[in-house]
Amino acid sequence: MKITISEIEHVAQLARLSFDPSEIENFNRQLNDILGYISKLEELDTSRVEPTTHALELTNAFRKDEVKQSLPVEKILSNAPEQEQGKFVVPKII
Amino acid sequence: MPSLIDLSIHELHDILSRREVSAVEVTRAYLDRIGEVDPKIRAYLIVTADKALTQAEEADSRLKKADNITPLTGIPLGIKDVICTRGIKTTCGSKILENFVPPYNATVMEKLEAHGAVMLGKLNMDEFAMGSSTENSAYHPTHNPWDLERIPGGSSGGSAASVAARACAGSLGSDTGGSIRQPASYCGVVGLKPTYGTVSRFGLVAFASSLDQIGPLSRDVTDCALLLNVISGHDTRDSTSVPKDVPDYTGSLRPGLKNYTLGIPMEYFIPGLDPEVEKAVKHAVSALESQGAEVVEVSLPHTEYAVATYYIIAPAEASSNLSRYDGVKYGLRAPDYKNLMDMYKKTRSQGFGPEVKRRIMIGTYSLSAGYYDAYYKKASQVRTLITRDFKKAFEKCDVIAAPVAPTTAFRLGEKADDPLQMYLSDIFTIPVNLAGIPGISVPCGLNSSGLPIGLQLMAGHFEETKLLTVAYNLELALGRCKNWPLDCYC
Repeated sequence: MKITISEIEHVAQLARLSFDPSEIENFNRQLNDILGYISKLEELDTSRVEPTTHALELTNAFRKDEVKQSLPVEKILSNAPEQEQGKFVVPKII
Repeated sequence: MPSLIDLSIHELHDILSRREVSAVEVTRAYLDRIGEVDPKIRAYLIVTADKALTQAEEADSRLKKADNITPLTGIPLGIKDVICTRGIKTTCGSKILENFVPPYNATVMEKLEAHGAVMLGKLNMDEFAMGSSTENSAYHPTHNPWDLERIPGGSSGGSAASVAARACAGSLGSDTGGSIRQPASYCGVVGLKPTYGTVSRFGLVAFASSLDQIGPLSRDVTDCALLLNVISGHDTRDSTSVPKDVPDYTGSLRPGLKNYTLGIPMEYFIPGLDPEVEKAVKHAVSALESQGAEVVEVSLPHTEYAVATYYIIAPAEASSNLSRYDGVKYGLRAPDYKNLMDMYKKTRSQGFGPEVKRRIMIGTYSLSAGYYDAYYKKASQVRTLITRDFKKAFEKCDVIAAPVAPTTAFRLGEKADDPLQMYLSDIFTIPVNLAGIPGISVPCGLNSSGLPIGLQLMAGHFEETKLLTVAYNLELALGRCKNWPLDCYC
């Protein structure tokens, strides 16, 4: 599978990234190198193999549903690029 | 008498607890050392001298009262900048987190503080732990103390270089595909990636959550066991943390390997393996044989598929984890945007470096509609095959011994323009993360240019005691490295 420039633009949109036209050529070549290498996995027949998503056989880690002290709002907001009246400020959406 | 910075953690602990030296004196010696060598090595992103001296004073008052003294009380350590430190900037080597000051401590930091350890500063790394050379740091590269023209390895390059340069007594790093073991090998120090779930990931900035583990880097195996004792243990704040008692890992430091079987995987001795590395690894194996171990050949047939598997799984998880950097809650927000979408795109495009963008793109692509089965599902299935290989091999042996990396430290810039070549330098460390097993790099010699080589030891889940026993015996057989670099290079 080869990835095209227009696919790269589509994926960049999904990932909320943008690239200069000058960067995108180089990026396209590198991504195709990497994806070409990855296609090595096609050599293996995995039709009867269960996927692994987690290295250990742990199931859900439940905890009690208790009210606990959280970090204070002003501490959480202290890293926000923009904040006002105890809230994050974002550009107008609607 | 050797200088304070020449001593290991356990040697420092002996003289600290006998009150022959104060924690403040030890900390000052390290701060002086950092001042002397770090302008050349550049292992630190930030040196927290004032905090370190305050912590050292607190340690001294504990030592004076003989109150709650542990092997880490008053010991100066460096911390990889991917671990959240309350009130101290945690950048992950990225511009997007340039001004991020965590309002909380990672669990490992709480544990170190409870033991009275001293933090000297935050250590350089590849941005978001993505890289094998520390050249992907958005701030500056780090230099290998054994040869300043060479990279220290990565992504925990600062953690390895600072230990090798004696600019801290020990350090913490993180390992997703080899990021502790490969730099440990390149810098001639001990580096351990614990079994997945052994050390809490709470406060470890996420890269690939099913692979990431925090682990220690140290001068010797005893120090490694002491650090592991402190950072391990169940934590309810990390749902993948394993509810299991922590053994005293120093108990595994026993001479002799009778009843131990070492497995040598033939798939790790491939064309492309530097002959000098192969020679040193084989010499180390015979040294372990002389300590009483039996050596058998084992096979890990899916080794050659590990890098491809990893470069689907890790970027897929990363693309999801890194979606949190959106210019709203913390970190950078780009100036001059037209609307919300424009703000997201500009923030992320300006804040992330090229390698991080590459991995976000690979991950987003492989998870996007129509490609999931061909990439992510396929890789997860091959991950099962790689894990089965290890299970089968451990039926025949206790510990597997192999090279850490195919070569010694490469030159700065040598692989910077070829991401695929850079990825292939992790070919021997990646399988361990995919299977979730523990792995350690132990120094096993120098090549003809005087560059360090590491032996990698791997064991089954939660078999750190076996790893450390074998690692300790290698150290006994070969002798701990006496030729620490920098007296001649800096």
